[in-house]
Amino acid sequence: MATETQIELVNCAAECAAGSATPVAVAMSGGVDSSTVAAMLRERGRSVVGLTMQLWNQRRLPQLQGDGPAPHRCCSLDDVYDARRVAEHLSIPFYVVNFERAFEETVVRPFVEDYLAGRTPIPCTRCNNDVKFAELLTTARQIGAERIATGHYARVRVNIDTGRYELLRAVDESKDQTYFLFGLTQEQLAHAEFPLGELTKQEVRQIARRLAVPVAEKPESQEICFVPSGSYVRFIENYLEEQGNALGSEPGEMILTSGEVVGRHAGLHHYTVGQRRGLGVAIGRPVFVVALDRERNRLVLGEDAELRSGACEVRDVNWIAWEQPNGPVEAQVRIRNRHEPAAAVVTAVSATTARVTFREPQRAITPGQAAVFYAGERVLGGGWISE
Amino acid sequence: MRVYLDYNATTPVDPAVLDAMLPFLRENFANAGSVHTPGQRARAAVDAARDSVAALIGAKASEIVFTSGGTEADNLAIYGAVAASSNPRKHVIASAIDHHAVLHTCEDLQEHGVDVTFVPVRQGPEAQGLVDPGEVRRALRPETVLITVMHANNELGTIQPIEEIGRVAHEAGACFHCDAVQSAGKIPVDVSRMGVDLLSISAHKFCGPKGVGALYVRTGTPIVPRFRGGHAERDRRPGTENVPGIVGLGKAAELARVKLAEDSARIAALRDRLESELVGRVPGALVNGDRERRVPNTLNITFRGAGGEALLIALDLQGIACSTGAACSSGSTEPSHVLLAAGLSHDDARSSLRFSLGRATTSDEIDYAIATVPAVVERLRAISPRSTAAPALAR
Repeated sequence: MATETQIELVNCAAECAAGSATPVAVAMSGGVDSSTVAAMLRERGRSVVGLTMQLWNQRRLPQLQGDGPAPHRCCSLDDVYDARRVAEHLSIPFYVVNFERAFEETVVRPFVEDYLAGRTPIPCTRCNNDVKFAELLTTARQIGAERIATGHYARVRVNIDTGRYELLRAVDESKDQTYFLFGLTQEQLAHAEFPLGELTKQEVRQIARRLAVPVAEKPESQEICFVPSGSYVRFIENYLEEQGNALGSEPGEMILTSGEVVGRHAGLHHYTVGQRRGLGVAIGRPVFVVALDRERNRLVLGEDAELRSGACEVRDVNWIAWEQPNGPVEAQVRIRNRHEPAAAVVTAVSATTARVTFREPQRAITPGQAAVFYAGERVLGGGWISE
Repeated sequence: MRVYLDYNATTPVDPAVLDAMLPFLRENFANAGSVHTPGQRARAAVDAARDSVAALIGAKASEIVFTSGGTEADNLAIYGAVAASSNPRKHVIASAIDHHAVLHTCEDLQEHGVDVTFVPVRQGPEAQGLVDPGEVRRALRPETVLITVMHANNELGTIQPIEEIGRVAHEAGACFHCDAVQSAGKIPVDVSRMGVDLLSISAHKFCGPKGVGALYVRTGTPIVPRFRGGHAERDRRPGTENVPGIVGLGKAAELARVKLAEDSARIAALRDRLESELVGRVPGALVNGDRERRVPNTLNITFRGAGGEALLIALDLQGIACSTGAACSSGSTEPSHVLLAAGLSHDDARSSLRFSLGRATTSDEIDYAIATVPAVVERLRAISPRSTAAPALAR
């Protein structure tokens, strides 16, 4: 295993390129993080091109527009305006690129399909894998930039021993976004820069203020960008209606793990594993969603103890630290964003599947979420939790 | 080097136009509607500009209504003519490749109970991007009140058979509007020969200022005004006259009329050289639109396998300004409805660029484009989606 001294930060190599003519493309969302990245790189003398992705047409699904003020919706004209204003402030070339089609195919439709299949998806990861570090990276390279820099809180470095690009947690634990980046391939990591990985959010704001970045005081958005007001159920229903589909998720039975029918559910896409609220059943003790049975369209409820499980299968595994591990790997595994990583053994079952066995049973292991394997600050790899 | 090849988007104001305008931003600032002597001077300038615009398109001065530009002229023509019709049922025919100022206006009419037929254009290889007058005739109904077909298309440059469509319109007793925003100043425009009742032009497409245009309204053609206010423009377009803009339009029209033959021959030669060199140097480059019936300044090419948006950006970073599709409100581009209507696939439409030349385009600029574009296309094709390879690690 590589030691710290044998590892060099990729960003150092990039710094050495300061002043060189090869530009870096910054993925600019109009938020404070990516705006600060552009400002920082510009300050360091890099040649910077700002790119904003147009991902979703706000004129679609007008039913969702009446959901009250949601000023920081995905691809809202306000955000594009903000990104453009930052680029003007920095005097960098700036372009809006249209990836609406790719975004719908690789992010939005799978998001809807996952919910209908009883899974709880993470669209941000798919967007990173298939749009931001795919389509956008291609565009960046086509226009002459070798890398893209983003406002993610994460770090990339080269492990001299293994010759691999490694993904490391952000210095600011509270902002770390590696959970959403586990799917990046070696090729993608090789072309990525995360200048905020060494900084705290507070430091980023300070830099933004010092460099007079126009959006320095803009509040953060935490929601799924294309789902206004966090109402994903309404989004799914309106999307399906727009596509002319009958709603793919019908009401059905709610049962206890014992098999006893205790009520009706409103369609499986309304629920997620571990959910307690909004079930509409009163049986004298707290019950939770423990499984979504797509086959029989049944929602399975149980007690807290029944939510706990000691293992899970993971598919579409992407290994970062190695091409493939030699044998079972001791790791800390995070099964949802903000989940405290839990000690586990990860065993590769095939090139793309693995089995995760936790030391202690974990609560609400949710199909569709990611299991990301860590060794300290290093991301070893990760995959999608199977049913 | 910065090379501007986007004259169909807009043009620089000709220095002579600017000189003509400046006094009306400075000392001759008066309102053309005022009774006093300064006002009369402004009125005289507006009248002279009206004569000049009329001369450019073979109209009478009284038939010229000044507007804020091509979009307003199109809106005034279409809404105005439809509203003026006493027909209880109303039907409008438009071409599928018209400008959004026409298409979106027609779509709004549809929402308000007017039937609209959008006639297709030929998809090539013969007469690609041209409206078939026979299609217009087939679309006619007894209640057809208006036919609107553009003269030159903004993206392909194709020149529509306006005279034939005009005959169809008049046989049917329908009003005929033509959006000539992209033809005025590039090719001869003669309202009598074309047989149009309404015709839109815009100053900034032929070296005039932005924010001013005109609608030709044939004597006796009823239109209902869109705006309500004072009595400017014979009640057809109330609002204090934009005197500096109108003077600029007048001067630009005069220059266009005087220089048209010379400009168009020179520009066509440059365009043709750009076209043949790009087609010769870039494998698989395809020229879109009928090549004969085309304005002299426009070249639309598909570079298959090179995404138009990335190509546009890459060329801009190399100093070449051109365009692809239509800019949407965010500034990104959507595949062009014109190219799709002309039969291009979604991918080809997104891999197409429009180069449009103008009065100030030089031979050196064309040389630079010829030297630059093929290399950029080649680089883009080499980096097609999902071929991103990791660079060798520095050890």
